[in-house]
Amino acid sequence: MVPPTEFASYYGRPVLKKPVWRALDIAGYLFLGGLAGGSSVLAAGAAASGRHGLARPLRVGAFTAISLSLAALVHDLGRPARFLNMLRVMKPTSPMSMGSWLLTGYAPLAGAAAASTVTGRLPRVGAAAGAAAALLGPAVASYTAVLISDTAVPTWHDGHREMPFVFCGSAATAAAGLGLLVSPAGQNAPARRAAAFGAVLELGATELMRRRMGLSAEPLRTGRAGQLMRASQILTCAGTAGALVAGRRARGVAAAAGAALLAGSAALRFGVFQAGVSSAEDAKYTVLPQRERLAARAEAGAPTCGTKPPR
Amino acid sequence: MQERPVDAPTPTAGRAPLDVAAAAGHRAHPPRVGFFTDTSICIGCKACEVACKEWNAVPEDGLELTGMSYDNTQGLGADSWRHVAFVEQKKSSGGAWATVDHRGVDVFAEAARLGTGAATEGGGIAPVAPDGRTELRWLMSSDVCKHCTRAGCLDVCPTGALFRTEFGTVVVQQDVCNGCGYCVPACPYGVIDQRKSDGRVWKCTLCYDRLGAGLEPACAKACPTDSIQFGPLDELRERAAERVRRLQDAGVPGARLYGHDPADGVGGDGAFFLLLDEPEVYGLPPDPVVTTRDLPAMWRHAAVAAVTLAAGMAACCVRRKR
Ligand code: SF4
Ligand code: SF4
Repeated sequence: MVPPTEFASYYGRPVLKKPVWRALDIAGYLFLGGLAGGSSVLAAGAAASGRHGLARPLRVGAFTAISLSLAALVHDLGRPARFLNMLRVMKPTSPMSMGSWLLTGYAPLAGAAAASTVTGRLPRVGAAAGAAAALLGPAVASYTAVLISDTAVPTWHDGHREMPFVFCGSAATAAAGLGLLVSPAGQNAPARRAAAFGAVLELGATELMRRRMGLSAEPLRTGRAGQLMRASQILTCAGTAGALVAGRRARGVAAAAGAALLAGSAALRFGVFQAGVSSAEDAKYTVLPQRERLAARAEAGAPTCGTKPPR
Repeated sequence: MQERPVDAPTPTAGRAPLDVAAAAGHRAHPPRVGFFTDTSICIGCKACEVACKEWNAVPEDGLELTGMSYDNTQGLGADSWRHVAFVEQKKSSGGAWATVDHRGVDVFAEAARLGTGAATEGGGIAPVAPDGRTELRWLMSSDVCKHCTRAGCLDVCPTGALFRTEFGTVVVQQDVCNGCGYCVPACPYGVIDQRKSDGRVWKCTLCYDRLGAGLEPACAKACPTDSIQFGPLDELRERAAERVRRLQDAGVPGARLYGHDPADGVGGDGAFFLLLDEPEVYGLPPDPVVTTRDLPAMWRHAAVAAVTLAAGMAACCVRRKR
């Protein structure tokens, strides 16, 4: 079936309301949440394999990132003073509710791990908190995909199958980037491998998502979002290559690669965020896929919900 | 019966009509109420918009001249809970001249020639009715929150500010909303929005206060043509089915119901419509689906992704044997 390209609209106005979220706050939150979650996991792995020079700064980084991300979340509320209303109920149908509870569990653990690392006190408690944070970390990194996909925004919703993988890959590259930036060269092997793992996951899942989405993939390629997505791809590839080729010996190259990976992860989140906003701003992305759906259903012989007058 | 996509969890919607109020925990509750907006008799007077603003003390939201026919309200939003859409079409309205195609007619040029005698011959504002009237089509429709059976806004609200009333309607508790804004992109109809000056979100309450006092909502009360009808949803659906059948029998082209079907993507709307053209002509989505229909699949994918991340990172930390 050839997809229709023309559609009617009400004076060209969008059908949906675009998100009221500020890009810096919410795309920033997506990035920092991924960085925190990924760093906790990498820190636990590094600690378990005796690479404390890598584990320590990652723990501090995870707590810093989650603190900043919480600040961004609160800042974005229309009524920041009512932040605690997030914990009024626990609603599985609301990813934001589940995320609030998840962060309520995760942030103190990340904090305890970081505090113990910095002060050197209660090392056992710190290690246990770090391990627990590592258990929650992957959830912190992946739930944000559900957060944005669980909306009517075409580009976010239509990518809901692959988005968690995109975000987890991006969390891994961000954590790897931080690890490369802050650890001594002799201990950064896990970060180098994590960069490769994250890059493959992120780039692969993004490509798959684009192919499966149909029309709503377009905003990921065009405009500012398209630029951000391309920048992310280049930075992630360059960072990974730098880490793999020279990250073991050259401290400077490792740090530069780490910075590139962090920037690549951030660009991806801002790109996905912006693409969603663009897809909500244009009625095309709402109406055409729905029309296609109705046409396919009509072809299959099912009634079309009364939107076609009977002949 | 509507065929549902295979990945849809078998929801309460679809088969038997869902008792939304009972599902929300209201034990003995009044019947579910709603609006049937019959746009075929709307005269575009905007009494509904005014009555709503007055009764609910909705603030002014800018005075703009848009050039969109008589519509300067532009759409639903935090400060417009009823919105009358005006669509000017170069088609005849229903009835006897429905078969004549005059899509190519420039109505404004024709209007300029009106009364000069030049208009009537060959392709004026055609066709001219036997009684000498000229015909254009002017669609008007008073839009409102749909009070969905499966309401995306309510599902995603993390604070519980959005709730289902005993009347089956969807209302924001303003003393609870913290302005997180999640409901805004979750609504498949683009209804609910944030009031910038206040940070919270606002939308039609179906006059919850009036319902509690046994009154009908202000818009329905004010509507002079009964284009907006208020009542128990079951009754409204019957009335609407009867009305659309009559219009179709009379040859009104394009008459169809929108949002009436409990088997649609949102489980049917509490506020549904009789339209005279495709929904998107009025700015409505042709096949809206509640976003949370796919939420179980989203959680599953997120869980697998999280495990992938954990396993991948663990593998990255394994020390090679020397
Ligand atoms: S139309 Fe939108 S705002 Fe109204 S109940 Fe449905 S989802 Fe909520
Ligand atoms: S903005 Fe208010 S009503 Fe909307 S989801 Fe957030 S807390 Fe709920």
